[in-house]
Amino acid sequence: MQVNELEKKYNFNIVRWFSVATVIYLVFGTFVGVYIAAELAWPFLNFDNPYLSFGRLRPVHTNAVIFAFGGCVLMASAFYSVQRTCGVKLWSDKLAWFTFWGWNLIIVLAVITLPMGFTQGKEYAELEWPIDILIAIVWLSFTFNFIMTIANRKSTHIYVSNWFFLSMMVMITYLHVVNSLAIPVELFKSYSIFSSVQDAMIQWWWGHNAVGFYLTAGFLGIMYYFVPKQAERPIYSYRLSVLHFWCLTFGYVWLGAHHLQYTALPDWTGSLGAAISIAMIVPSWGGAVNGMMTLSGAWDKLRTDYVLRFLIMSLAFYAMSTFEGPVMALKVVNALSHYTDWTIGHVHSGALGWVGMVGAGAIYHLVTRLWNTEMYSTRLVNTHFWLATIGIAIYITAMWISGIMQGLMWRDYDEFGTLTYTFAESVAAMHPYYVMRFVGGFIYFLGGVIMLYNVVMTLRQAGAERNVSAEPVRA
Amino acid sequence: MANKIYSTKLQDKLERNVWALLLMMFFVLSIGGIVEIVPLYYLDDTMEHNARPEILWTPEDGETLADWQPGDGIRPYTGLELMGRNIYLREGCYLCHSQMIRPFRDEKERYGHYSLASESIYDHPFQWGSKRTGPDLARVGGKYSDDWHVKHFIAPRSVVPESVMPNYPWFQRQILDGTRVKKHLKAMQTLGVPYTDADIEASAAAADGKTEMDAMVAYMQVLGTMAKLDYGVVYRE
Repeated sequence: MQVNELEKKYNFNIVRWFSVATVIYLVFGTFVGVYIAAELAWPFLNFDNPYLSFGRLRPVHTNAVIFAFGGCVLMASAFYSVQRTCGVKLWSDKLAWFTFWGWNLIIVLAVITLPMGFTQGKEYAELEWPIDILIAIVWLSFTFNFIMTIANRKSTHIYVSNWFFLSMMVMITYLHVVNSLAIPVELFKSYSIFSSVQDAMIQWWWGHNAVGFYLTAGFLGIMYYFVPKQAERPIYSYRLSVLHFWCLTFGYVWLGAHHLQYTALPDWTGSLGAAISIAMIVPSWGGAVNGMMTLSGAWDKLRTDYVLRFLIMSLAFYAMSTFEGPVMALKVVNALSHYTDWTIGHVHSGALGWVGMVGAGAIYHLVTRLWNTEMYSTRLVNTHFWLATIGIAIYITAMWISGIMQGLMWRDYDEFGTLTYTFAESVAAMHPYYVMRFVGGFIYFLGGVIMLYNVVMTLRQAGAERNVSAEPVRA
Repeated sequence: MANKIYSTKLQDKLERNVWALLLMMFFVLSIGGIVEIVPLYYLDDTMEHNARPEILWTPEDGETLADWQPGDGIRPYTGLELMGRNIYLREGCYLCHSQMIRPFRDEKERYGHYSLASESIYDHPFQWGSKRTGPDLARVGGKYSDDWHVKHFIAPRSVVPESVMPNYPWFQRQILDGTRVKKHLKAMQTLGVPYTDADIEASAAAADGKTEMDAMVAYMQVLGTMAKLDYGVVYRE
């Protein structure tokens, strides 16, 4: 089909805006992350300034990477793939623009209110009640548009990537609404209606499923569309997709309890969470194999196709984190790993390795399709790939060492039966690894900057190509 | 089998009908949460005070919040402590400090008796935390003097050279407003925290004009001192 016909048939503009926003937020979110990593290594960087202090900037970092970067890449790829797999235009263009501006307004509000200290005090659900209401509305606008587009589809069956996007949309609605239930006291202050162990369970039901559905199911939706597209092969196994989907949808919901091992959460709940966590290795690896084996018979493409490298490397990290996670959910391991940097390392192997790389791969794919051009520099795509890979390797190695070391120092006894180390000594011992983590994060951030530069130059190049082409192009 | 195009009839049906697919997802996605969360509201052994009511403070006739003594049992926070707790949330302290001691020998020696669910019954939201970049604070109350805390908040490295905590000099500059404190206490009352109206009036008045530093120190000093826990008693299996 000709470019102009595609342009008329589908709404690509919304995808373009979300794609560009994604790259900007990738740079912003990782920059804040690198800064707060530096604060832990060199605390003077807090500058006695409330708006720059670690505790207030950390939610800016997590919200920026999860909701700004993650949200935009999910919305870009969901809006693109749902149109392509259903063969129809988005149900409503107006609603799609509402989603775009609404979501970006939320991000701006987050960047303003979080450094001011307006927070609900729940991890990854810090935003205060007026913003929470806005999130619910915008999220439902995204969901509704997506569902109606599927309902209007030309194909008989709903493609697998759309199942994953849908389960994310349903679950995040559940989680966000329940976990954010609070009574407002002031414009930007509210109190959660839950307390104690019930609040803890609800928070981690939210916390782990933000990972499980937003950062996993949603990004698996990306994987199931973009890996076959980029490899130009059908997905390896349909049956594996079905198994992967329903096991993940059923199972992930249970995992939150493993964040509360040995706490005041009853033992049965934590053990249940751990048992299902272990079982989740099966569908997770099934999915990873499904994605990687899609390349079966076309492995040589990895030599030349840098975008495919991102996608396949992301699956390797997906497989690794979905193995590490269940191991950390086991009580014996959790007793050591909980409260330490190991958790931070685990999160980042998933976030930088899986989410970041599959997201970057999808965006590179989208940019060339949407602007109907080649990347300005494929060498820079490759540079980004290696910076990201090396950055992650340094980051997670630092956190493995510091995490396990912390855990061992805290429980170490000398020959007289007294604790060997004071807590302060364990903090001092972390310094080299905090520096190392900063370096790893900085390298990953540099990769993001290169991606932004490459995308901007590609858009300029596409603009120049359009100017010389005889065909008039409508915006 | 070659001409079989679907895995199962049900799966095939779901793939053809977005509404059926959605309905199935609503159902499948609900199960885990319901099984893990709902019983926590009705199983008696979830909260330790069901078996041992002495953990919670129950005022005798005529007693007010001001009559409570350390060790009497878990009670609602005073206005000053609640404001301190809000600052704790505002500054994101929970991102580096846990308030949940696990039942291990080393944690007992480092921090004290393991934490109970009943101890955070008035905590909206809970502050168990997930990371110890700094030490656990569940029982920090009474371990250091008020002066130490003030020094530590202004410049942590002046008392703990290895610390990586930010300085919080602005705590001393902000003054609390009694009417605001009252509003917050009332909100807590709405959520079921057992304040009497007289407690709210008195507690808000007591906090009026104090600094944020006073509030933070008061919150630190009450952590873990409310209930007297006995090492000989098994509170939790």
